[in-house]
Amino acid sequence: MFDTALTANDLVFLAKGAGMTLLVTAISVFFGTILGILFGVIRYQIGPWWATPMTLVLDVFRSIPLLIQLVLANAFITTVLGLRISGFAVACGVLSLYTAAYCAEIVRGGIESVPQTLRRAARSLGMTWGQDMTYVVLPLATRVALPSWIGLALGVMKDSALVYIVQVVELLKSTQILITRLQEPLFLLMICGLFYFLISFPIARFGGYLEKRWSND
Amino acid sequence: MIEIENVRKSFGPLEVLKGINLTVAKGEVLTVIGGSGSGKSTLLTCINGLEPIDSGRILVDGVEVHAKTTDLNKLRRKIGIVFQQWNAFPHLTVLENVMLAQVKVLKRSKADAEAEAVKQLNHVGLGEKLKVYPSRLSGGQQQRMAIARALAMSPDYMLFDEVTSALDPQLVGEVLDTLRMLASEGMTMICVTHEMKFAREVSDRVAFFHKGVMAEIAAPDQLFGAPKDPELQKFLAATH
Repeated sequence: MFDTALTANDLVFLAKGAGMTLLVTAISVFFGTILGILFGVIRYQIGPWWATPMTLVLDVFRSIPLLIQLVLANAFITTVLGLRISGFAVACGVLSLYTAAYCAEIVRGGIESVPQTLRRAARSLGMTWGQDMTYVVLPLATRVALPSWIGLALGVMKDSALVYIVQVVELLKSTQILITRLQEPLFLLMICGLFYFLISFPIARFGGYLEKRWSND
Repeated sequence: MIEIENVRKSFGPLEVLKGINLTVAKGEVLTVIGGSGSGKSTLLTCINGLEPIDSGRILVDGVEVHAKTTDLNKLRRKIGIVFQQWNAFPHLTVLENVMLAQVKVLKRSKADAEAEAVKQLNHVGLGEKLKVYPSRLSGGQQQRMAIARALAMSPDYMLFDEVTSALDPQLVGEVLDTLRMLASEGMTMICVTHEMKFAREVSDRVAFFHKGVMAEIAAPDQLFGAPKDPELQKFLAATH
């Protein structure tokens, strides 16, 4: 079992894959969160009825398997629209919308957790809607939403394994390439899992740290 | 001066204010008493435009609160309101709670806002709690902080909506003392309250609301000593 053909170069190859996973995740979570906050605030502000079209679209992104979304988006953009766009860009675009769809619900839930009476107090001090949102509602909503958001970020990191379908060589795809060559699937998957853990763990810890810092005691 | 002219307001089929007429002069302390559902709290939230009204009008220093052209955020700077719930911003320290609106709304510098906050917090007896988060304060302390937060905006009018109703009995006194102090300093105040003894002591006038109507308004001695309205007589008999 300890007799392996894995070389240092192969490990560098895997680390590059992990880097790609991290990059795709970071970009998608960044833009997905910005969009998610936007959609979540809109959804909360205009109420469920007026938000129906938006909710419907977001539901589509949430309920269709990511793999299918990636394939269809790639086909649509490259074949139908005829745009020459990299698989990496398609992957980031699709994953961002996918993240935004989930994030919007998390944001809405966070906003709803802020008591209406608190918002009245803020407005009665002469604060505008935007000031109330910026300095009272969103800071408090963030505290409530953080655990779910960390969960979402970690989920997106693992889901990002699917972007291999649009020719992005991320961590899992790199592993598969090595498996094909070295024929040591179990050992390589263990290494791959370890890489995933190494990039996920700091995010989870960071979430825990923020939660503790915000508990105000 | 606050002028309330024939104000009507309904929540769905329920008419909670049935044509209220009332004028509160500068420096006056008016308390409003009455059973729950009498419309007294609603009136306060209408005065600073948190609630729309159906008809009539409310003027604050001649500015019509519910006119479309009125800048409510600007108007609210001169009307402080404190609610039954304490409404501390839980993510900010006591000092930051009192500074936030000063900095963002009045555009005061941080230093000025802090000086004013410290002054107001000392005034309500919370000078020792500046760096503490609200979760560490008692209900009475949180309510006094809310009063300081409103006062820091240098309002011309203060509205108090049953500010002691959610407090444990032993904490009511400290908040009422704060209100007494404000009244003695000449602040124009409208206090909706269930504390009859307090109403009798501090008020220039007391108004009794019943089912959306202002049934009686008089100086406290007269209103409590010789109530005319039969509903008020019943109400006072029940609360004594």
